[in-house]
Amino acid sequence: MPEPAKGGPAEFFERVGRTTTQGVEQFGYGAELFRQAVYWLFMGRFRRQRVRLSPIFAEAFEAGIRAIPIIAILNGTIGIMLALQGIHALKAFGAQHQVVFGVALGITREFAPLITGILVAGRSGSALAARLATMTISQEVDALRSMGVDPVRFLVVPALVAMMIMVPALVLMAEFVALAGAGLYITPTIDITMAAYIDQVIASIGVDDVMHGISKSVIFGMLITIVGIVDGSSVTGGAEGVGRVTTSSVVHGISAIVLTDMIFVYAATR
Amino acid sequence: MSESNAPIDDTPVIRVENLVTHYGTRKILDGIDMEIHRGEIMVIMGGSGSGKSTLLRHLIRLERKTSGKIELLGQELDDMSKIEFYNFCRKLGVAFQGGALFSSMTVGQNIMLPLREHTNLDQKTMEIMVRLKLEVVDLAGFENLMPAELSGGMIKRAALARAIIMDPAVLFCDEPSAGLDPVVSSALDELILRLRDAMGMTIVVVTHELDSAFRIADRITVLDRGHILQIGTVEEIRNSDNPRIQALINRRFEEEDVDPDEYMARLMGEQPTG
Repeated sequence: MPEPAKGGPAEFFERVGRTTTQGVEQFGYGAELFRQAVYWLFMGRFRRQRVRLSPIFAEAFEAGIRAIPIIAILNGTIGIMLALQGIHALKAFGAQHQVVFGVALGITREFAPLITGILVAGRSGSALAARLATMTISQEVDALRSMGVDPVRFLVVPALVAMMIMVPALVLMAEFVALAGAGLYITPTIDITMAAYIDQVIASIGVDDVMHGISKSVIFGMLITIVGIVDGSSVTGGAEGVGRVTTSSVVHGISAIVLTDMIFVYAATR
Repeated sequence: MSESNAPIDDTPVIRVENLVTHYGTRKILDGIDMEIHRGEIMVIMGGSGSGKSTLLRHLIRLERKTSGKIELLGQELDDMSKIEFYNFCRKLGVAFQGGALFSSMTVGQNIMLPLREHTNLDQKTMEIMVRLKLEVVDLAGFENLMPAELSGGMIKRAALARAIIMDPAVLFCDEPSAGLDPVVSSALDELILRLRDAMGMTIVVVTHELDSAFRIADRITVLDRGHILQIGTVEEIRNSDNPRIQALINRRFEEEDVDPDEYMARLMGEQPTG
């Protein structure tokens, strides 16, 4: 093994190199995890490794249903905030009546999916990482393997399926709540009725705008799960290690969501 | 040596040939050769860092070896595909050191898991089988408790119940009596002997507890720094003239010869030369 360089630019480059290789390795691991999860989801029943429904429901309840209040509150607030900012900005041109178009598009295409994704990453992605890390440390993952139960099939598939269904569902709800929140401020301020506001919203956004938000949230759900699992299973050390991977899973999850979002928007708007 | 009427024949259930393993670049096991026979209790003994837990992890394919051969029930482990190995695992039971019970499930659900995953039995039958195994490990009535509500000894017994729920041909136990008081620990030893006698299982136990090893073993493998020092019956190990085995048995700390130059270099934080 080569001696580690000490001090100077060599050490810096070595560190950058190591971090990069580690990143590429983790990316590859995540991709392989996803491939295996898809394999077990469809082929498990033929390989005596059936994916069961009850853990999927349990995950969906924990990551989806229980997240409804916080996601509704924050998206409602974001809706109001966007309306405030929109009217404030457009007032300069005397164009505040155009606010609905911008707010409706912004919410359905960008804000609702992004805010929901970030919240789920912080709430469920980190919980997943902590659970996986604890299970790895206490040899529960080894125990699964030694019982002839594939850990990817048993632990990853239910979480993945639940997230890829629940995140888009939450986003759909978030869009309604955010639009309603925006409407609460916009209708009295620019003096239109709620019915007129709803008409304007429907006229501003098309099915493709809603689908844009929903389809990228499916990817967000997948990313949150895979990042949580990859981080969680990379745990080393005891309780301190669990804390470390839990924190890093939140950072990694949110970064993955924002970066993917940018790429998705770039690809979808060209 | 254990008094047992269980038949011990000479068919090797586990055969290890020239096993070499590494963690990274560090060699952990070197040239391990051993055979474990049907119905035998083989204790793998050694101090910390001797490689005994690593050997166990290789015997159940949790780690990939560098070279050599490991045959379990006549099948080379690495020749099996993942799915073949998962199906093969029904014939194995593993009780991990810390129990490794799933903390989100009750004791009963933990023990039932292999049945649920590998059989099509109905719920009632599975529940009866779980209670049966709980009786065997003296934990009757504990099926609805969570693992966090159990004591250390109870966790180990519950883990043992989970390991034997499929009536495996081979049972692996990692440090079954570590961290337990002498009474509970000897009860666990009795339990292991009973399992072998009643079910004819081949049992591999990894431990550093001498008393426990001498009580349950038919044969003992003594590992030291990745090498096998000796494989033999309890009497043979007791009477071994190998100084390192004697040191281990008599709990003597063996001082290593120190090279003064190397010692100075270590203190100064210098890289070793040559």
